[in-house]
This record gives sequence, structure tokens and C-alpha cells, in this order.
Amino acid sequence: MSVNGNIVEDEAHRLYRALRRIRRVEEVIAEIYSSDKIKSPVHLAIGQEHVSVSVCDCLEDGDWVGGSYRSHAMYLAKGGSLPGLMAEMYGKDTGCCRGKGGSMHIIDVAAGVMGSSAVVGSQVPVAAGYALAAKRAGEGRVVAVFLGDGATEEGCFYETLNFAALHSLPVLFVCENNGYAIHEPLAKRRARPGGICAVAEALGVPATRVDDGDLFRIRDAATSFVTRMRQGGGPALIEAVVYRWREHVGPNEDYDGGYRPLSEALPWMEADPVARVGALLDADVRRKVNEEVEAEITEAVRFAEESPVPRPEELYANVFA
Amino acid sequence: MSSPEPRVLRYVDALREAVDQEMERDPSVFVFGLDVDDHKSIQGSTAGLLARYGADRVFTTPLSEDAMTGVAIGAAMAGLRPVHVHIRMDFLLLCMNQLVNIAAKAHYMWGGQVKVPLVVRSMIGKSWGQGAQHSQGLHGMFTHVPGLKVVAPSNAHDVKGCMIAAIRDDNPVVFMEHRLLYNTESAVPAHPYTVGPGESRVCTRGDDVTIVGISNMAQEAIRAAELLREVGVTAEVIDPIWLMPLDIDTILASARRTGRLLVIDNGWMAGGLSAEIVAAVAEAAGPSAGIKFARMGFAPTPCPTSPWLEDHFYPNPGSIAARAWAMVRPERERWVPSAESAKLAYQVQFKGPF
Ligand SMILES: Cc1ncc(C[n+]2csc(CCOP(=O)(O)OP(=O)(O)O)c2C)c(N)n1
Ligand SMILES: [Mg+2]
Repeated sequence: MSVNGNIVEDEAHRLYRALRRIRRVEEVIAEIYSSDKIKSPVHLAIGQEHVSVSVCDCLEDGDWVGGSYRSHAMYLAKGGSLPGLMAEMYGKDTGCCRGKGGSMHIIDVAAGVMGSSAVVGSQVPVAAGYALAAKRAGEGRVVAVFLGDGATEEGCFYETLNFAALHSLPVLFVCENNGYAIHEPLAKRRARPGGICAVAEALGVPATRVDDGDLFRIRDAATSFVTRMRQGGGPALIEAVVYRWREHVGPNEDYDGGYRPLSEALPWMEADPVARVGALLDADVRRKVNEEVEAEITEAVRFAEESPVPRPEELYANVFA
Repeated sequence: MSSPEPRVLRYVDALREAVDQEMERDPSVFVFGLDVDDHKSIQGSTAGLLARYGADRVFTTPLSEDAMTGVAIGAAMAGLRPVHVHIRMDFLLLCMNQLVNIAAKAHYMWGGQVKVPLVVRSMIGKSWGQGAQHSQGLHGMFTHVPGLKVVAPSNAHDVKGCMIAAIRDDNPVVFMEHRLLYNTESAVPAHPYTVGPGESRVCTRGDDVTIVGISNMAQEAIRAAELLREVGVTAEVIDPIWLMPLDIDTILASARRTGRLLVIDNGWMAGGLSAEIVAAVAEAAGPSAGIKFARMGFAPTPCPTSPWLEDHFYPNPGSIAARAWAMVRPERERWVPSAESAKLAYQVQFKGPF
């Protein structure tokens, strides 16, 4: 991570808080998981949080984000309600989807979080639709859509990039390339594993690859793309190379699964963006942030535990608008 | 001479064995689809196949279901016999164009000159927050289309026989599994055998009501029949096994005899299999047969994730038994089995009768 001198103190403070908060929320979810209180398949972003944090740091109220089943980080980074997320994990009536969506399908309309979708790639064209509406509104709003490396293999990815380029839509495609789709490495899925940006460019979507997990480089790329988009520039793509520390789905590590060695993960863990941004702060400041984050999470868990369960009639509500 | 103990296998192992035996018998059979070759091996259902047959015949794919379905169809038309695997039935929606517009029609629209011997495996998910996009039973969409066969085996014996029959069939077969059946056990012969298109199974004999259960609802219906027996009602449970072609004659004969037909689908009711079965029996039997009909299925909503809502989404042995009771004893007070006895069928180890 290139910590250049011009990163001001309160910026580091803001970024660290966002990173630490997401990391701890997901760690707490993983801890609670074994109690069976969270009956929902959880796809944790631990190790990848900085992508959501850096991209959302250049977004504003009125901008939108969309993502996959692995969207806790995106949701929180864009300002989605933490109690609403936690209660959704518990299947409670106060959850962000009133208990109908669970971990994989989360939304916070007020915060600009489009509903996340668990069918790989399905969020990508929907985000372009939001971008079409944003372009029509002409207020300089943008959409960022987060997707995995695997999602770039779905036909709708190519179709959407082509359309977004054709119509100069203000949509930033953020590919979080963690090298795996479940347990299958990129090399078993692509003849040219490094070719995601080239594909985007060929379709008319300028693309940047950040391969070292540097939060500030991702943010710089996002800032320049988003600034251009707000002035009527078209879509862009960022490929952020990252590493998923935990298993694909579930609360545990899975380095005993045989498909990837712990040694592959260790350099990423050593370069942990949460710790590295934290190191930019004074120890006292960092401790205070940590305490505040813990208090907020404790409160969210209490809220989830004490919230009422949905009434049976709720099953039939909202089938049609 | 004492007959040897029948061999008991889990559903997942019987399924795996069927594919293994067919791959052994016929080198044109191959298995592909997302994650078929990883260490989890589609919940164990493809375990060992890579080691045995190699990466030419057992391989994962890019996340490109639409195109991969077309590839499967082309390979099948060119003489191979693909088994294309999807871990959830919901993802078949990405395959729909190829399946409906090409696979189903190739033989017919090209004048009978090509065949598509393709098996499309997929699994229905349930519970633990599977939710709206990982739990759908979409068989009704496929039975709607001429040219596709559809099968939904509900036990270990049938899953093996159906898979062997599906692989040997010269038509595209949509093969529908259910996650909660994977650990259920029943007697499974070691040799290869078929449970062919159009075969159904009478699971329990009874005189008061005919209950048809589709996919894992067959298991839940059998459990409901046990609950009903305790209150003096005997139910004839029929598992149609193959939904296309469907053995309507067995259902018709039973419904004529019992005078009551209750169809439990593992899917929605509107425009689906339960409607089809009731309509077919009503048409064939005519009004003079006086058969009473009822249907149950998923609530007419997407599937919610909250367990408190999901409880009301699915039929269960208790609600099935209560419905059957109301059909058989309309003059009597409503009866609902206790929650304890109505525990889902998969929680009670089920071994037959087969
Ligand atoms: C259309 C579709 N096919 C298959 C799946 C099963 N599935 C869930 S996640 C996943 C891997 C996705 O990998 P990637 O896009 O790289 O995202 P990551 O999980 O690594 O964040 C697959 C194949 C699915 N949910 N949707
Ligand atoms: Mg990935």
C-alpha cells in the first residue's frame, strides 16, 4: 500500500473506521453462526473489504451500488443500516428485507443500496438499468456494481458492458477478482486468466487493474472514473485483485480443502488493508475507533436478538406491488 | 435359503453409483458443470468420478450456463451423452433458451434426423435461508414443453434407476433432485437397473384417499399417511417419479377407487403439475366418478428466508395429513396432528417400503 504523504489524518480515520467496522461485523456474524441463530448462507468478504470501502468513499448520496450474495461490505460501506443487516441475518421482522431476503439478498434504498442478488451476474445489467435512469435524470449520479471474477464469465456481463458503452452509461463495474469461483481457480475457467480488463477495453469500457490490494490505488482509479462519469463520461471497469480469507460460504477457513494452500493466503493476510490503514492512526485514536465500532455492533446484535419475528401473514405480503 | 440383506444406500451415493456405472459401460457419457470436480463434488454426488475417468470426461466449466447448455446439446447431437450438472434448479433459468428452443425441438423440427441424448441434473434447495433464488421447483415450466422429459426421483432406489434410464434415453431429460433427500436411505441393488420414463410407484396402499407427492413431497406424503393411519384413515400414496411422461393411469385407478385425490407438489400450484394431474384425472374419470380433488404446494409467494415465514411456505406432513383428514371426514371436526409428530419427513429416517 503506497502511503503517500498527502493522505490526511481524518481521511485515514474515516477509512479505517469503515474497514474495521465491516471486518468486525463479519467476524461477529461468523462467531454467532455456530449458535444457529443465523440460519442463512453467509458469504463473507473478510480480506476483500477495502474494495467496497475505497469505491464507496468516492460515492455520494444519490449514487447507487449493487452486488452479489457477497455484499455485506458493499452494503455497509455505502451506508446501509447495520441493525437492519443484523436483524435480517436473524430472520427478524426488523431486518432490511423484513426477513424475506437473508444474507444473500440485502437492500437499503435510503442509502442507495440496490438489492443484492444471488444468481451470479444478475446484478450487473440491473445496475446498468439504474445507470440508464441516472443518465436520463441528468444530475450527475453514478452507479457502482460489484461482481466477482466468476461473474465475468456470464453472458450478461459482456452484453451489459457492450450496452453501457454504447449508451455511455454512468456505471462503474467493480470486479473483485479473488481468483476463485467457489473452489475453481481462474486458470480452470479462462484461457487468459489475466484478460478481464482487455475484454472490457475491447467492448469500449476503459479498465484499470489494481493487483496489489492497495486501497488508495483502487480509490484513485475509482475517483477519476467517477469524476468523468459525473460529467457525462461513459462506463469504466476496475479489476481489483483480492483474496478471500474464509471459505466461499460459511463462517470458517478452508485451507484444508485442498484447493488452495494457506501459503497462498499468507501474503494477503500480512498486507491486510485494515491493519495497514489502521497503522496510519495514532494508537489512541485507533483504540477509540475500535471501541466505538464494538459498541455499535453489540447494539446491532442486541437489536436483532430482541426484535420480533415476522408474523405468519407477512409471508403473503409484497408479492405484488 | 435365506435371502441376503438388501444393500442400503443414501440417495447421493445411489446417484453417484448410477453415473459411475453408466460411464463405465459407455465411453460417450461425460459429466460436466460448475464444480463437479472440486473436493465437495456437488455434495458428494460426483465424488470419485474425476479420479476414475479423468478430466476429459469430468470437468468444470466457466460460469456460463446458457452457452454450456448449447455446448451440451451440440455434443449430444454429435454422438456424446452429456450429463450437465447444476447445483440448484434456479440456475436452469439461464439454460432455458437452449433447452426449450433447441434441445426440446431438435429432433422434431429437423425431421427426426438428430437426437439430443442429454441429462440436465439439478437440485432443489430448501431451508437454512436458501430463499427466493435457491429453492425453486421449476418442473412445471419444463413439463409444459413437448420434447423434454422430466423426472423427480424421491428415494435412493429410484434415483439410481432413473439416472441410468435418463442417460440411456435418446431425449433431453431434466433430472430434478432435492437437497433434503441426499441423506435419505433405501435398499439399492448393486447392479445397474432402470426406472424408466412413465414408471410410477405406489408407496403405501390405502382406501380412503389417494395422495400424490412430487419429489420430496412423496416422502412427506408417506409420513402424512403414517399420521393418518393413527387416526384410522388409510391413504394410498403415489410417487409419480416421472413427470413427463406421466403415469396418469395409476393415479386415475387409485383415485377412482378411493374417491379422493390430493396432489402435493414441490412447487407452486398455478399452472403447474398439481393442476395438470387433477385436470387429467378429472377429464378421464368424468363427473360421474364423483372424485373429490384438492391440491397443496408452495405458498403463492417467492420463498422467504426467515424460518418463521418459511415454515408456512411449504406443505409438511402435518398440513398434508390435516388436509387429507378434512377430505375424508368432512363431517367431523378439523384434526391437525401435533407439531412433534408432524416433524418433516427428512428428520425421520426413511427406509421404504420399496
Ligand atoms: C448463475 C449461477 N450459477 C451458479 C451459481 C452458484 N455459485 C454461487 S457463487 C459462485 C461463484 C462465483 O464466483 P465469483 O463471481 O468469482 O464471486 P466470489 O464468490 O468469488 O465473490 C457460483 C458458481 C449461482 N449462484 N448462480
Ligand atoms: Mg471469485
